[in-house]
Amino acid sequence: MLKGHQSWVFENHPMITATGVTGGPFEANGNLAKDFDLLFEDLWIGQDSYEKAHRVLFEEAIKIALKKANIQKEQVQFLFAGDLINQITPSSFSARTMKIPYFGLFGACSTSMEGLALASFVVNHQGANFVLTGASSHNAAVEKQFRYPTEYGSQKPPTAQWTVTGAGVALVQKNNPSQKHPVITSATIGRVIDMGLSDPFNMGGAMAPAAADTIQAHFRDLGLEPSYYDLIITGDLGRIGHDTAFELINKSGLQLERRQFQDCGLLIYKEDQPVQSGASGAGCSATVLYGHLLNEMKKGKYQRILVVATGALLSPLTFQQNETIPCIAHAVAIEMID
Amino acid sequence: MASKQKNVTPEQQKYQQLQQKHEKQRPVLKNCIRAFFVGGLICVIGQAISYFYIYFFNFTEQNVGNPTVATMVFLSMILTGFGVYDRLGQFAGAGSAVPVTGFGNAVISAAIEHRTEGFVLGVGGNMFKLAGSVLLFGVFAAFVVALIRTLLSMWGVL
Repeated sequence: MLKGHQSWVFENHPMITATGVTGGPFEANGNLAKDFDLLFEDLWIGQDSYEKAHRVLFEEAIKIALKKANIQKEQVQFLFAGDLINQITPSSFSARTMKIPYFGLFGACSTSMEGLALASFVVNHQGANFVLTGASSHNAAVEKQFRYPTEYGSQKPPTAQWTVTGAGVALVQKNNPSQKHPVITSATIGRVIDMGLSDPFNMGGAMAPAAADTIQAHFRDLGLEPSYYDLIITGDLGRIGHDTAFELINKSGLQLERRQFQDCGLLIYKEDQPVQSGASGAGCSATVLYGHLLNEMKKGKYQRILVVATGALLSPLTFQQNETIPCIAHAVAIEMID
Repeated sequence: MASKQKNVTPEQQKYQQLQQKHEKQRPVLKNCIRAFFVGGLICVIGQAISYFYIYFFNFTEQNVGNPTVATMVFLSMILTGFGVYDRLGQFAGAGSAVPVTGFGNAVISAAIEHRTEGFVLGVGGNMFKLAGSVLLFGVFAAFVVALIRTLLSMWGVL
C-alpha cells in the first residue's frame, strides 16, 4: 500500500524464509566470514573468466537459498536480480541456468534493496508465492568494468573503496504466522540525486546525499522517528560517505544516534585489510544483510532494522565524458515480529 | 574535480563544502617521499644493470640503454604477472609509475586483464589501452623537440 509520497507499507508482512550468501577469498579473511554460507578460496571459482566466476557466485547463492528453504526452483515464481557488469549478464545468465521467470534490475549497488522492495511488493499483493531476489558483484570483474586492470600499479586515494566479491540472495514468501522469520514491513524508493561530484574514487561522498534523502523521505512518509529502528544501516557509503550522510541527516532535524547508524561497507572487512575507505559493490549490502544482519536479528540483537542500499549510477563512459555522478538509495525495513 | 565545474547550483556547492570536510585528502608529502625513494631505487637498479652490460657484454654508454630498458621492462612484467607490481604501486605511487617499469606494468596488466577475450580482440586489442596514450604523446613530444632542435641548429643557435 502506498504511504506518503514514495513509500510502500507491506501490511501482509512478507517473510524472508531463507537466504544464500557466497563470497570470495578476500571476504573469507574479513570480519563477517562466519556469516557466509559458502566461501571460495580462489577468485576464479574454477571458471576460465572472472565474469563466469561472477555468475557462479550468484547461482550458488540461489541454490543455497532454495536448499535451506527446502523448495524446488520450479516453485519460485520470479527472480529479481542485478549486478554491475555490462547488461547485467551474470544475473541474466544465472536466470538462464535456473529457468525462473526473471526481472533484471540495474540500480548499481542499490540493486539489493530495489529487488527486495519489488519482491516484497509482489508477494504482499498476492502476485507470487515465492520470489527470489538478490545482487552480486565480483571484485576483478567489476574493477575491469569500471576502473583500471587489476594488476595495474596505480595508487588508489584514501577515498577509494574495495568492491566485494560476493552474492546475497533472499527467498521472500507469503507470511506464515506459524513460522518466525524476519518480515519486510515497508520500503521507500529513492530519487536520483546528483550533488555535482565527479570523482569516481570518491563514491561515498557522491552517494551520501541520496542516502540522506531516502532516509528523510522514509520517516516523513511513514510518520516515524529514527528511534523506531534499532539499526539504520547504509549499503556501501564507506567512511567518508557515512560520516557525511550522518551530518546531513542530523542537520535535517532527524534525531539519529551514532550507535544506531552503521554501514555495511564498514562492517564486512577487518581494519587491517587494505580497502581504503571501506567496501562497495552490489554484493556488499546483499551479503551483509542476508548473512550477518539477518543472523543477528534471529539471535535477537536487533528487532527492527532499516537497510538503505546506495548506488552510484555512473558508467565508465559518462565519467570519461566529465559527467557528474547521479546516485540513488532505496530503503527497506525488516522486523522480527512476535 | 568538483571545484572546476561550471553550473554548480548553490545547493550543490553547499553540499560539496560539507563533503570536503569529511573527505580524506591524499597524503601528498608522504606520497612524494615514497615516490622519491622507490623511484630512485628503481633507477639505481637500472644503473646497476647498465654497468653489468657495459662490463660483461661490451656495450658502450651510448647503446647500453636498449638492453637495460628491455631488462627493466621484462622484470616489471614478471612482477606484474606475479601480482606484486600493483601492491608496489599502491605504496610508491608515481615512484613505480614514472620509470619505464611503470610502462611495462601498464602494458602487461591490460594484456592479462583481457586474456579471457582471446588473443586478437582481447590481448591484441587492449594491451595498449593504457600505454597507448603514452606512446602517442611520447612520440609526438619527441617529434616536437626534435623539430625545435633541428630549426635551432639550422639557424645557428645550437
